[in-house]
Amino acid sequence: MGPAVNRQSQAAVLFLLGAALLHAGTTDLYLRYVKAGLRPLLLASGVILIVTALATAWYEHRRTKTKREQEQQEREQQERPQQKQEQGQQTADAGAPAAPEHAAPEPAHAAHAHPEPRVSWLLILPLLALILVAPPALGSYSATRTGTALQEPLAYPALPATDPLPLSVVDYAGRAVYDHGRTLTGREVRLTGFVALDHDGTPYLVRMALNCCAADAQPVKVGLTGHIPPVLQPDTWLTITGAYTPRTTHDPVNNGPIPFIEVTAATPAPTPRDPYDESWNN
Amino acid sequence: MAITRAAPHEEGARRDRPQAAPAPPARPDEPGRLTSPLVLTMLLLLMVLLQSPIRRALSAPVMQSWTTVFVAVVVQALPFLVLGVLLSAAIAVYVPPSFFARALPSRPGLAVPVAGVAGALLPGCECASVPVAGALVRRGVTPAAALAFLLSAPAINPIVLTATAVAFPRNPEMVLARFVASLLVACAMGWLWQRLGRTDWLRLPAHAPHEGETKGAAFWDSVRHDVMHAGGFLVLGAMAAATLKAVAPESWLRTAAENPAVAVLTLAVLAVVLSICSEADAFVAASLTQFSLTARLAFLVVGPMIDLKLFAMQAGTFGRGFALRFAPATFALAIVSAVLTGWVLL
Repeated sequence: MGPAVNRQSQAAVLFLLGAALLHAGTTDLYLRYVKAGLRPLLLASGVILIVTALATAWYEHRRTKTKREQEQQEREQQERPQQKQEQGQQTADAGAPAAPEHAAPEPAHAAHAHPEPRVSWLLILPLLALILVAPPALGSYSATRTGTALQEPLAYPALPATDPLPLSVVDYAGRAVYDHGRTLTGREVRLTGFVALDHDGTPYLVRMALNCCAADAQPVKVGLTGHIPPVLQPDTWLTITGAYTPRTTHDPVNNGPIPFIEVTAATPAPTPRDPYDESWNN
Repeated sequence: MAITRAAPHEEGARRDRPQAAPAPPARPDEPGRLTSPLVLTMLLLLMVLLQSPIRRALSAPVMQSWTTVFVAVVVQALPFLVLGVLLSAAIAVYVPPSFFARALPSRPGLAVPVAGVAGALLPGCECASVPVAGALVRRGVTPAAALAFLLSAPAINPIVLTATAVAFPRNPEMVLARFVASLLVACAMGWLWQRLGRTDWLRLPAHAPHEGETKGAAFWDSVRHDVMHAGGFLVLGAMAAATLKAVAPESWLRTAAENPAVAVLTLAVLAVVLSICSEADAFVAASLTQFSLTARLAFLVVGPMIDLKLFAMQAGTFGRGFALRFAPATFALAIVSAVLTGWVLL
């Protein structure tokens, strides 16, 4: 894979890694990968990595400097006995005490002999992925491969009287499936999510629900019926206005319940700041 | 940045070290030899130049989903890894070995459960506990106790137990079952190590003994070493987890859930393969509604103790010979403990 990673390279990798974490944490980039609550920890660890890089570079600088000075001394001492022999016998024994003096620091240097394993090179991969590629949040590919993760809500709090009523995909699906739409009938609701198409072409409006990071993200799906736009591109974000319909189906992946919504209007929407639904965190 | 500065000096000095003092003046580097700062600079330049072909290659949905999960696992785990590394460096540099001699019972048989319960004090996920356990062993704590701590800390700390309670609002007994089963495995593994373990299986990377250095230098040296070391293995584990998440179809799970024994085994294997952070695994377990509670308990007990990412990190910290023996034993014991606890409590 390459030579062992030496300290200068380690300082560089640590610095870049810390900078990448800070970059992700200070922009909304981190929301594509982890929950919003992780931000303070992310920023703190970015700072610590940068401090570690600077400390490594500084101590390494000092270490090479003292080593250079030692070598200078050794060279002088190697030269000195010759001079002393030439000078005469009365000063010849003065060079003797110097030998143990400069032999003593050697074990401390030998302690730094272990090189880092080559596996450390792998730390460059997430760095490149985060800075150069910055992959998007999980979308329709994961959503169609994973079953709906809808769970029965604990309660159905009263909804505000605004019209149309903005709701999250997760909230709508929970009320529609487990409360049989009691709080939804006669209301015009508005949902935002991305489009995913099933194998048989059934269009879903999906929001990925996230607990900690994208590795545990699971989709919650709502089927679309009624005035669906003629062309639906997977992964496009839509804001749907519609009404509750009692129709439900089962997810072909895990047999989970999927409610439907009777669409009256669908408009393209920008990708939200936080593409995931984090309501399960609270 | 100090990418290119003073590199030949370091490389040359390292090869000189085994020789007796006084060292000869630093040799000039062999011509054409690749030094790591050079490779790093070339690699980064190449990547920036090849940016658009790489992006195009990664634009397929499978690759995109793989990259997202990979970055997510690393970004999510790094803060906890850094936390654990800081703690382990502090233990290694500022806590004298005599402290642990006084804090833990001198009989190893008693030290194991004490260390297991002490795991509740480390609030974090499993990435933090590996470097801390390594530092404990290096600080003279008996390996059996340190291993009990390693296994219990990510499973029974208050953050994880609270997350479990939130994820299973209708089954509060799940929290108790998780605590009991995890502590059981941790203690059993500690005692097992005490009876059967051999010290030559443990190969801790020789840390600098920190003599003739200031405490600050030793502290930052330990932080740098552990982040680079454990971080590399974390990336390896994240790659494995992302591959399985992006490639393996979930419909396999439905057929597995029908047989109770197969269900327990499947979720135990899934916990190993998915490598989910122990603070989040309860939510994933809660969503696997087609499985029995006992099977989901096995998922929660196995996951924090052994998974792909942890195996890679343990192999890096304690040596491959250790990890190859420790991981299967932990896996088997965790399943047995989960089934027994589930039988009694759930």
